[in-house]
Amino acid sequence: MTPFVPFESRVVPMPNNNIDTDQIIPARFLKTTSKEGLDKNLFCDWRYNADGGEKADFILNTPRGKGAAVLLAGDNFGCGSSREHAPWALTQFGFRAVISTSFADIFKQNAMKNSLIPIVVSPEISAKLFALPEDAKVHVDLASQTLTLPDGTKVEYPVDSFSKTCMIEGIDELGWILKQAPAIEAYEATRTSTLNTLAD
Amino acid sequence: MQRTLSQKVWDNHLVREEAGSPSLIYIDLHLVHEVTSPQAFSGLRARGIKVRRPDLTVATTDHSIPTSDRSLPILDPIARNQVEQLAKNCQEFGIPHYGVHSEHQGIVHVIGPELGFTQPGMTVVCGDSHTATHGAFGALAFGIGTSEVENVLATQCLLQRPSKTFKVNVDGVLKPGVTAKDIILAFCAKVGVGGATATVLEYTGSAIRSLSMEGRMTVCNMSIEAGARAGLIAPDDTTFEYLHGRPFAPKGADWDAAVARWKQLPTDEGATFDREVSIDGDTLEPMITWGTNPGMGVSINGAVPDPSGIADALERENVVKALQYMGLEAGKPIAGRPVNVVFIGSCTNSRISDLRAAAAVLKGRKVNPNVRVMVVPGSMEVKRQAIAEGLPEVFREAGCDYREPGCSMCIAMNGDQLQPGEYSVSTSNRNFEGRQGKGGRTFLASPLTAAATALTGVVTDVRTIL
Repeated sequence: MTPFVPFESRVVPMPNNNIDTDQIIPARFLKTTSKEGLDKNLFCDWRYNADGGEKADFILNTPRGKGAAVLLAGDNFGCGSSREHAPWALTQFGFRAVISTSFADIFKQNAMKNSLIPIVVSPEISAKLFALPEDAKVHVDLASQTLTLPDGTKVEYPVDSFSKTCMIEGIDELGWILKQAPAIEAYEATRTSTLNTLAD
Repeated sequence: MQRTLSQKVWDNHLVREEAGSPSLIYIDLHLVHEVTSPQAFSGLRARGIKVRRPDLTVATTDHSIPTSDRSLPILDPIARNQVEQLAKNCQEFGIPHYGVHSEHQGIVHVIGPELGFTQPGMTVVCGDSHTATHGAFGALAFGIGTSEVENVLATQCLLQRPSKTFKVNVDGVLKPGVTAKDIILAFCAKVGVGGATATVLEYTGSAIRSLSMEGRMTVCNMSIEAGARAGLIAPDDTTFEYLHGRPFAPKGADWDAAVARWKQLPTDEGATFDREVSIDGDTLEPMITWGTNPGMGVSINGAVPDPSGIADALERENVVKALQYMGLEAGKPIAGRPVNVVFIGSCTNSRISDLRAAAAVLKGRKVNPNVRVMVVPGSMEVKRQAIAEGLPEVFREAGCDYREPGCSMCIAMNGDQLQPGEYSVSTSNRNFEGRQGKGGRTFLASPLTAAATALTGVVTDVRTIL
């Protein structure tokens, strides 16, 4: 993972509640064995017509939807499946943070492992963000866990300290867990297994 | 201190705990399938590390494979590559794999329990959100992403924080025609698609206790559809009877010792939950969804909601969008809506009892000629049992398309899909836009409702034809 650097970006509004992982990246694109190339199918069924042409009125096909790093969505973003392809597709498209009033649990965990910051805000702040003019920019900082609105309002958002350190320093979790080998061995020594592994 | 079932399982698996950090917990069973694992195996290879406990890891192929004749090659080259990749990865890393031609192949959440891998008190993970299914045994079972799949392959551990606990109590006696599926659809409708986010559910009450293990699996399976991390049911004699004699269940003295330990797992008298809701089993009706998430459900004799009565603007807009996508008119009854396809299958409802329930409705009758009816058993084992009971003949004589085991049209990755605009009544777990095929429109319901609908060609309350 690359260490997190604070950034400023325009906001791409997607005012739908419960945007599920089947919208973010439809299941038919999960037959890949690679993490790459998912961005072109991000929000595929909302983004393209049956003939493959872009739907002109979908936000990602408008100038506002291009080149921005912050996605602003309704409640419960990322509900549904455990597919990490969802944050892979979002980050490959260029998103570095998603703002919502709430996130589905597995999506949130997956996002942070890919340095995509799930920023939880109150309904009032969410409404304020949806009302921003097209070219307005917000500032995202992780160290101070603040989202700064164009009018200078600073909004603090929650991030667990472990994930925060991982994202700021660009450490992946597995490296850390591997170092816990002695504790894992000690646990295994006391563990009772009920799996009859002698079965065929 | 009195503890809940899920807290006991959590405590039993703590490898390392430190204030301010997530806990390191040990995983007893890691289920692997072809879709969410290839990038994890690539990660292991890049780091040059092995799978720590291949003996606690089991793989099967279910999502991407066709449900047509298994002796034929997979025509889709991308799917074929993914399926072959899993076989190669399992061979390289020494993981048992119930692949396309295995006699134990099946949907990962069907074969885990039926082979006796899933046991009470375990921690079970899989790169699949419907891992909650295994909670039916009193296991703490949840879905993980591919990075976490890699973590578990490498270390058999995960970094986790304890979740809030949420008790769902269902007392009463279900009326004829009302099933486990209706309980969970009612729960999703009650709390909404995000209503249980990041909690661990425990289902309690006489209506839950009366369910078979397969019914309990149906309930726990859809815990994620309300956003819950997991959903558990305390193990009891029903659990032990189901498990006894299964290939990977303990035997002899090990069995007795295991049962004695498992009996310690149920939630202590007086333990408290962060949240509780109740559902009245006595008055529960068959449920069906009308919208584009599993929380958008009503009783089969109910009406599609009218968004004009919804105060919150965004929520109102969401209902308007859902009705538009579904092509439904506000305030109209859901029963009587014509459908094009009926799908009986998925990790929610593809077990032998589901097939039996559907077959009992279809036996000696013909499906409506306007409806394509697909019946997809959950595993090779379910398929064998169905043959022993003569069920494939019942389905075929009724005019159903009876297929080979897999996830099939639940996730529509394998070519089994709706055409744009088509309606299905489906026994699966998700009705998201395009879930069963781009532009497809899904009504989620029980196998009984699905079978009744297959006969009439319109959404039908099974009780009207019994």
